[in-house]
Amino acid sequence: MPIGKNVSRKEGAEKLTGEARYVDDIVLEGMLYGKTIRSTVPRGLIKSVKFDSAYNWSGIVIADYRDIPGNNFVALIVNDQPLLAQSEIRHCEEPILLIAARTKQEVQQAARYIRIEYEELPPVLTIDDSLKSEPKIYADDNIYKRLCISRGDLEAGFRDADLIIEGEYRVPHQEQLYIETQGMIAIPGKGTMTVMGSMQCPYYVHRALKQIFNLSDEQAIVIQTTTGGGFGGKEEYPSMIAGHAALLALKSQRPVKMIYDRAEDIAATTKRHPGIIRHRTGVKRNGRLVASEIDIIFDGGAYVTLTPVVLSRGSIHSPGPYACDNVCINARAVATNTPPNGAFRGFGAPQVAFAYEMQMEKIAATLGLDPLDLRRINMLREGDITATGQRLNWSVGSEDVITAAVEKSNYLAKREQYRIDNESIGSKRRGIGLSFFFHGAAFTGSGEEKMKAKAGLEVTPEGKVRVLSGSTEIGQGTQTIFAQIVSSEMGIEFQQVEIEVPDTSRVPDSGPTVASRTCMIVGRVLQLAAREIKEKLILFTAERHGEANVKLIDGQYIANGKVLAGFSQVAHEYFSIHGELRVFANYVNPPGISWNEDTYSGDAYPVYSWGVDVAEVEVDPETYEIKLVKITTAQDVGRAIHPLLVEGQIEGGTLQAAGYGLLEELHWDRGRIVNNRLTNYIIPTSLDAPEMETIIIEKEYPHGPFGAKGVGELPMDGPAPAIAAAVFNATGAFISELPVTPERLHAEMEKREYEKDENNETNEN
Amino acid sequence: MKIAMKVNSHQVEIDVNGMKRLLDVLREDLRLTGTKEGCGEGECGACSVIIDGRVINSCLVPVCQMQEATITTVEGIAKDGRLDPLQQAFLLFGGAQCGICTPGMLIAARALLDSNPDPTIDEIRESIAGNLCRCTGYTKIIEAIEHAANSTSDPSI
Repeated sequence: MPIGKNVSRKEGAEKLTGEARYVDDIVLEGMLYGKTIRSTVPRGLIKSVKFDSAYNWSGIVIADYRDIPGNNFVALIVNDQPLLAQSEIRHCEEPILLIAARTKQEVQQAARYIRIEYEELPPVLTIDDSLKSEPKIYADDNIYKRLCISRGDLEAGFRDADLIIEGEYRVPHQEQLYIETQGMIAIPGKGTMTVMGSMQCPYYVHRALKQIFNLSDEQAIVIQTTTGGGFGGKEEYPSMIAGHAALLALKSQRPVKMIYDRAEDIAATTKRHPGIIRHRTGVKRNGRLVASEIDIIFDGGAYVTLTPVVLSRGSIHSPGPYACDNVCINARAVATNTPPNGAFRGFGAPQVAFAYEMQMEKIAATLGLDPLDLRRINMLREGDITATGQRLNWSVGSEDVITAAVEKSNYLAKREQYRIDNESIGSKRRGIGLSFFFHGAAFTGSGEEKMKAKAGLEVTPEGKVRVLSGSTEIGQGTQTIFAQIVSSEMGIEFQQVEIEVPDTSRVPDSGPTVASRTCMIVGRVLQLAAREIKEKLILFTAERHGEANVKLIDGQYIANGKVLAGFSQVAHEYFSIHGELRVFANYVNPPGISWNEDTYSGDAYPVYSWGVDVAEVEVDPETYEIKLVKITTAQDVGRAIHPLLVEGQIEGGTLQAAGYGLLEELHWDRGRIVNNRLTNYIIPTSLDAPEMETIIIEKEYPHGPFGAKGVGELPMDGPAPAIAAAVFNATGAFISELPVTPERLHAEMEKREYEKDENNETNEN
Repeated sequence: MKIAMKVNSHQVEIDVNGMKRLLDVLREDLRLTGTKEGCGEGECGACSVIIDGRVINSCLVPVCQMQEATITTVEGIAKDGRLDPLQQAFLLFGGAQCGICTPGMLIAARALLDSNPDPTIDEIRESIAGNLCRCTGYTKIIEAIEHAANSTSDPSI
């Protein structure tokens, strides 16, 4: 049984030898190289497009919106983002024209001879500006989406409170920064369009191509190539670049490759939504939360894209993993003239987690409680009810993760030790802080019920089983865990399971590879398919051998203690006699799950994963440099199908989130990102990475495959507030805006010194 | 211009624009696509190769400087179709996830172990500081390199 075993990852060897083929490694006969010409203003109208006659345009293919045979929108939630701008410009780097040439050099050169003139309009560049509703850039209030979640009686809660504590928290953009930039190759066929490239969601691209080119399900073919990281950044954006490559391919009738360089990728593609989150919390003196009012504003950027769904996940997670009877959450997403913000690991939750955990720090400090005790007093336990009215019936690892992380990190002793150390002289101040967080696995609300994810299995002529699923391997280990789940359920060897390339002409729509849903949802569907195909083959074997009570164990068909045949032999025989054997299954929600979209109440997710991060920092009191020394984390992900891959998700997500907490920041100039390079957009290196200690807690989820829940996004939620809490512990400076840079810490400590002096003077007077 | 160099133990001669980046020569002219481009300005290390014993970002090297150079790319690490101990360790310890930084990581680690077979953890961290990885948090990469060093220097492990 390979469940829980660290088998070698399916596609491991090819990635280690350099044989794995990423999209930019593929070269096709007669292929052209494409490039996107983008707007240089944040808002305006295109006045003219001029092709300099000094350049010889004969070898250049040019396409604009007039070449689009179908609908000029990139299909997502609503049709508002054009594939190519027609006249209105709503953000810098908006695609206007496409060009292609035989070589990369030629296409770069041609781009320099295109001049676009604009009639500029006043842009809206920040949340604060957008809220003024002037100028109006979307509807009459610049608001894409409003959400309200309400439980209990907020005013009664505040009346009952001994104290009301308020806080405002600000979170910035963050770039996914997959190391492989966005890229696609489009290949025109007779009535078909094939697109292959780097992506998380082949069926998103498929849907987009159908609409843009008026294609049928069969005419649009989308194939995922080995993908060098996604983190959400390759959820929706690939539809855009695929549409561009395909339009050039259609016009030139040649294969066209488009690969973004790093500067274009950072400047033009989606980011994590920035936000402003305000908390007003009523508490009793003993620390009990009795009223929680939360106001959330996310910056959606220039088009709707996935913003309503990000806002939804953000809102539901915004009270944190805490019980409170009286809650009111008001959330808005606003429009700005900046490139659309989109999916990024965590999907709204890391933003609100920074806010709710810093608010808990503030409450603890105000009440004079240890932050750990405050968490323990209020944390959700099995049987408790969340803000949406969901009773937590199963797999609640809250107590376990807190206990494990606190013990393993030696939190209490270190907190006491650092308090003493920091009072005496010493060049560095040390601090330790923690965060407690949860993450709903799979789609929000009735998403999975509507999606009915489909996946299947087929028997191959060589006597193996092949997984047919639209879920993609993006580094997280999809192929490996799918093979583990299927082989374990069937009773065959891990090596007897193959994975079909995600190709829309060969695999069904298993839903997007997002939302920590691949293992829990699609893995579950595959488990059901495996059960069915196993039964069919057992029946076949029983009939052929005239035996009853046939079992399939470790790849052998056994009846009454006698080995009848090996799996491969039977599979091969089945194939020769009956031909193809394919079995598909669809996802069905566990019983008793219900969600009301109108009132935003009910079971927001089938289950939650739980985590605690303990961060330890050293702060240099002269330079304000913050060294992240260690993170100890305990995360409850249900059954760990592959503990090494789970640790990989946790460690990688933790460091990505440490970047969010300490380093990563975009600088803007009139709607344009100034630091769109790896020289000045700083992500953590091996020298920035802390020592990490990871503890996996396995509170099994009865409706997941072998008890598994989701893990992909959970690790992204906790590190930023844990680090800020550790800095608060080390310095007394409460930083309410990310990232916690030396500059921000310096400003906060100066402010504290100034206030201390003021107070002293007041006292002396 | 004509360039003669040794790539993965093979003598090659090519005739290209001398200012072409070594990265492009490897990927386009020699079809060694294991070496990746992540930023094109020497920050991410995905294009790392070993040139005459030193780890270099091949995106920053005009090929005209490579006359008579000895170059190792990721394709040259495995010997006789067998994974190098370093590659095996990456597999065993989960050092590769999406795989795009892996060739550069392996190159940086190979160069470290060639010059320092028994490195400390700090030396390992330092040796891959020029190679960005967004998937792993580096922990498993560091463990893999440490394990490879131990298994190479002590045959009993």
